[in-house]
Amino acid sequence: MSKFLNLTAAALILATPAMAEKYGLGRTALPEEIAAWDVDVQPDGTGLPVGSGNAFDGEEIFAEHCAICHGDFAEGIDNWPKLAGGADTLDHEDPLKTVGSYWPYLSTTWDYVNRSMPFGNAQSLSADEVYAIVAYILYSNDLIDDEFELSNETFLDVQMPNAGGFIIDDREATEYAHWRGEPCMENCKDSVEVTMRATVLNVTPDQEHGDAAMAEEAKASPAPAPEAAPEPEPEVAALDAELVAKGEKVFKKCKSCHQVGDNAKHKTGPILNGIYGAAIGGAEGFKYSKTMAGFGGTWDDANLAGFLAKPKKFMKGTKMSFNGLKKEGDIAAMIEYLKSVSQ
Amino acid sequence: MAEETKSGPSRRQFLTSAAALGAGAVAGGASAGTPDPLITEVQDWASGLGDGVDATPYGLPISHEGDVIRRNVEWLTADTISSINFTPIHALDGTITPQGCAFERHHSGAIELKKEDYRLMINGLVDNPLVFTYADLERFPRQNHIYFCECAANTGMEWAGAQLNGAQFTHGMIHNMEYSGVTLRTLLEEAGLDAAGDLKDKWVYVEGADASSNGRSIPMEKALDDVLVAFKANGEALRKEHGYPVRLVVPGWEGNMWIKWLRRIEVMDGPVESREETSKYTDTLEDGTSRKWTWVMDAKSVVTSPSPQAPIKHGKGPLVITGMAWSGHGRITRVDVSKDGGKTWETARLGSTQGDNKALTRFYLDTTWDGEEMLLQSRAMDETGYVQPTKAQLREVRGLNSIYHNNCIQTWHVKANGEAENVEVS
Repeated sequence: MSKFLNLTAAALILATPAMAEKYGLGRTALPEEIAAWDVDVQPDGTGLPVGSGNAFDGEEIFAEHCAICHGDFAEGIDNWPKLAGGADTLDHEDPLKTVGSYWPYLSTTWDYVNRSMPFGNAQSLSADEVYAIVAYILYSNDLIDDEFELSNETFLDVQMPNAGGFIIDDREATEYAHWRGEPCMENCKDSVEVTMRATVLNVTPDQEHGDAAMAEEAKASPAPAPEAAPEPEPEVAALDAELVAKGEKVFKKCKSCHQVGDNAKHKTGPILNGIYGAAIGGAEGFKYSKTMAGFGGTWDDANLAGFLAKPKKFMKGTKMSFNGLKKEGDIAAMIEYLKSVSQ
Repeated sequence: MAEETKSGPSRRQFLTSAAALGAGAVAGGASAGTPDPLITEVQDWASGLGDGVDATPYGLPISHEGDVIRRNVEWLTADTISSINFTPIHALDGTITPQGCAFERHHSGAIELKKEDYRLMINGLVDNPLVFTYADLERFPRQNHIYFCECAANTGMEWAGAQLNGAQFTHGMIHNMEYSGVTLRTLLEEAGLDAAGDLKDKWVYVEGADASSNGRSIPMEKALDDVLVAFKANGEALRKEHGYPVRLVVPGWEGNMWIKWLRRIEVMDGPVESREETSKYTDTLEDGTSRKWTWVMDAKSVVTSPSPQAPIKHGKGPLVITGMAWSGHGRITRVDVSKDGGKTWETARLGSTQGDNKALTRFYLDTTWDGEEMLLQSRAMDETGYVQPTKAQLREVRGLNSIYHNNCIQTWHVKANGEAENVEVS
């Protein structure tokens, strides 16, 4: 543990005074508070709550909460992380690092899913659901069969293929020892050739766009004129503000694929500004499924409600891999919110 | 990482505008044949009035500096919420990074957390688990330190070859600020470490209040050495995107450990081996094994001007070559610059007599440019005697798949017209 300091310095740092000065600040943390926040899980399973789940149950839960980004088979959609596959690729030119091929400890998967997933709705899963999702990810990596009951008791039975694939930072021996000393100043090489150019690849972002947008913004907002009359409020159809606020919260589930607002862009799903009342499959520049493109009609209350409740049932063949909103209240709130971004 | 390619008019536009600037750049020079109307005619600003003191209660840079902004690389990540952007280092000088253009990296987006709603918990192997409010933190003795914060993935897109054409994109996952805060040691001692027993094999787990939590394990030695629990940067409150109201500062170590929106500190008998310290921020070597716990950022430097986004526009004559250098092992003691791709080197002048500990150091090479093509490089040395390696040296040890900790010597090909390009050389 003293690899980054010499031993004397390390000993000095670690020698806290026996009676370190106390300031009497803060208050004692209550057991309930510690239980609420201290949910980390260690490699030996310390911290795991009682519970269980298997891949069979996990498949459905995964489809509902995770497949939007990670794909039905944990194969990953677009640039979202692939969770399965990649076995024996770590020494290849382009290794595929997944839970199965790379992650050394199963505790990490449990801890991360439990603490930080689903993206945009973290800490919403029950312990059993987390066990089931983790079981499904393991199953997708051929590490357990679909009947294996993953629980706090069977947790350590699972063998992670790359558990032995890590070494502790060895730069001191393999790099620093060789790269110290007086460097060459003259006649360091016989010749120098350019071997690769970034402009050949041409993957650098378009900077003109950002600059122009910024300049435009600067032009559009000059220093406020003194004593300017207050702008009249634009007239809008009466919306239920409370319902809009609720809908905005529900919309977090959608945010990983859909954007709204001034700088919205098409992502995995189309921009939703102006979606209420718009033609179905009509957002310019977005590549819809054939079904959506040829569906016809407009996004009125009835169509939105039907689609939001069960997208794949309402529109067989839609690419939107979202399982639907279960609560009617959430659907009404969502529609109200979509109206608010359509004005 | 770079499978996708993007085509667009950007480069052509950029080059056109650079050339136009070059052609018209002599008007203000010493040899003007006709009087300069900017001098001989009364200008509006010399006659009329400017803004009053109430025009800008909190200011942004003047609109003419509107291109000095953070930029992101869209194809890098699936979504901008879990992503990174880059500091416009090509346009900055000195060492301090203004917060407003200092790079951001979030895993679940930048959250809004009020001071009133802020709580910091210390638990685990401590004598008395504690909860602090923000106001509590301001009552502990405070320190000020300047440190760089570099993402371990900075320059990570360049492992396989020259890829992004600009210092902002190749080296912009870094900022350097003056932090005000309380030492982590002070807070740990307030909770009491007797319960932890022998501290040598103990760890401190730190996590944020955002949905990603971004938990990391830090060995006790480091935690008690120089880690800060900071609430101010460059004199003002942390910006939302940098962890308002409280972030961890882990000097010299990779940026991912600098937990933003810090909410919990747990003293433990081992590392958690969280997602961020196993599946990410580990460095895969050519044989498929991976290094873990590669916390320290090794010595590194880059020429920021001239560079692809900062071409030479003034023609032949005096030229200031400048850049920055830093090391997670301590102070920068020397920076050398090469104009010929590493055949010969000249020692640059450091912006201050000696570099600051684990902070950016500015360097200058005040030179004369005769319009010759240059293959510009910089090479940093730190107080341990470590010399910044070439990309070839790094590849020889690590292969191409490490992603993180690429501190190689960077080359810019400066052409006769003053434009510069990111290249790799033999």
